[in-house]
Formats: sequence, structure tokens, C-alpha cells
Amino acid sequence: MHRFANPARFLRMANAVLPYAAAAAAALLAAGLWFALIASPPDYQQKDSVRIMYIHVPSAWMGMVCYAAMALFSAMALVWKHPLADLLARATAPVGAAFTFICLVTGALWGKPMWGTWWAWDARLTSMLILFFLYLGHMALANAFDDPARGHKAAAILALVGAVNLPVIKFSVDWWNTLHQPASVAKMGGPSIDPSMLVPLLLMAAGFKAYWLMVLILRARAEIAAAKVHTIRMAQVHAAGQGE
Amino acid sequence: MESLSAFFAMGGYAGYIWPAYGLALVVMVAVLVLSFRDARARETELDLLQQARGRRRPSAGESK
Repeated sequence: MHRFANPARFLRMANAVLPYAAAAAAALLAAGLWFALIASPPDYQQKDSVRIMYIHVPSAWMGMVCYAAMALFSAMALVWKHPLADLLARATAPVGAAFTFICLVTGALWGKPMWGTWWAWDARLTSMLILFFLYLGHMALANAFDDPARGHKAAAILALVGAVNLPVIKFSVDWWNTLHQPASVAKMGGPSIDPSMLVPLLLMAAGFKAYWLMVLILRARAEIAAAKVHTIRMAQVHAAGQGE
Repeated sequence: MESLSAFFAMGGYAGYIWPAYGLALVVMVAVLVLSFRDARARETELDLLQQARGRRRPSAGESK
């Protein structure tokens, strides 16, 4: 059963990391919230509504980072048939979907007071909605087959094909005339945002990353246990078929 | 007290800011709790299965 040799080592490592990830997530998010809600100034144009940014923007980053990770894990799973990579891809999908959902809803809550509309079929908003549907499709497809391996492979291919959406999201604000504002942090020439707003933004982003690590470990543990249960049950069915 | 109500009023944007933060909190806690419970349930199932197998065939190759 060399198949589980690596997951066993992975589990030991993951369980050692888990308490640190949890502590980091709690500390970073607590500090982030303090700056986001109390210590940072209101924007000179957007007033206090700018505080939605500290949830909205890190969530959007997470939606894309999780998808990139998922596509990378899927590629590794398809090329090297590594069960751990496949499992991590599937463990990431719900986290990415959750952050993309948070991004979309907080975007609407920010858009209403600032743009006067909850939603617009603008390139950035639409490509983000497509990202959300890609996550949902990936999760549905992974569990759509009686033979888990077939579903996992189909989901991995979907993850790779959908990765073309990532540059579309990133550059949508440059390629098209959008209602959404262009990048102000990850751009050529450095961030054009004031440090008093950059600090809470980066703290929240780091907190979300630690949270992702924590959930990823928990979900990977569930997937590894489920795979072992599946193997034992198949062996039992096989043994019963041979008339034990 | 004055400053606390000013804090909750969020310069008139309370109706947008608090739902945004509240939703993020609810979604993130839900994903975390569901993931934790799923991991625990599946690991318990595996333990029970391995114990049952161990009892039935104590010496049969447990080639994990």
C-alpha cells in the first residue's frame, strides 16, 4: 500500500502545522479587523464605505489564489497521478468557492452605495461570477460518478480548462472599459494605496491565507480517511465475492 | 456611548458594512465547522472499520 505512504507523512506534518495555522489565522484576522474597522481612516471620497474593501479585496484574491492552486494540484494529479495532489485540489475547491461568494456579495454591498447598483454585467464582475460557477461545477463533477477516480479526473480537467479565466479576471479592468476600478495594489510601479489602508488589507489577506491552510488540512484529513474507508470496503466486497 | 453608536453607524454606511462583515463571518465559520465535523466523522468511521477488521483477522496482513 505505498499509495498511503506519502499521505501518512503528509498527515503527520499537517497535524503539526494545524495549531499554528489556527493561531495565525485568529491573530491576523483580529489585528486585521481592528485596523479595518477602527484604526484606519475613512476614505476621502467613499467615506466609511471603503471598509468593505478589507473583506472584498482579500476575498477576491483568495478566490483567484485558491483556483490557481487547484489548477496546479490538478495538473500534478493528471501528470504524475499523485493521489495527494488530487486530494488537495478537491480540498481547496470549497474554500475558493466560499471566498468567491463573499467577494461577489460584498461587492454588491459596496456597489450599491458607490455605483448606485448592486450588479452590472461588467467584465470584472461577470468573470468573477464565472469563477464561482467553475468552483461549483468542479465540486459537482468530482462527486458525480460511482467510481470516485473517474469523477476526480473529470474535475481535474475542468479545473485546468477553467484556469484560462484567471488572466481574464486579472486583466479585465485593463482590457475592457469596466465600472470596476483598476488594480491599486498588485500593479507595475508598486501599490498606489495609502499605508493606512494597505496594512489592514494585507493583514486580512494573510489571515485568509492562514484560514485556508487550516481548512485545507481538515478537508485533506477527511479525504484521506474517506479514501482508506473506500479501499477497506472494496476489499471487503472483493473478499465476500470470493466466498470467504 | 456616543462614540460607540457612531462606530456602529459607520458614517451612514452601517446597512452595507455590517452585512458584508457578517456574511464573511458566517460563511467562513460555516466552512470551518463543516470541514471539522466531516474530518472527525470520517476518521471515526475509519477507526471503527479498522478495529472491526483487527478483531476479525488479528494476524491477517494489515498492509497499510
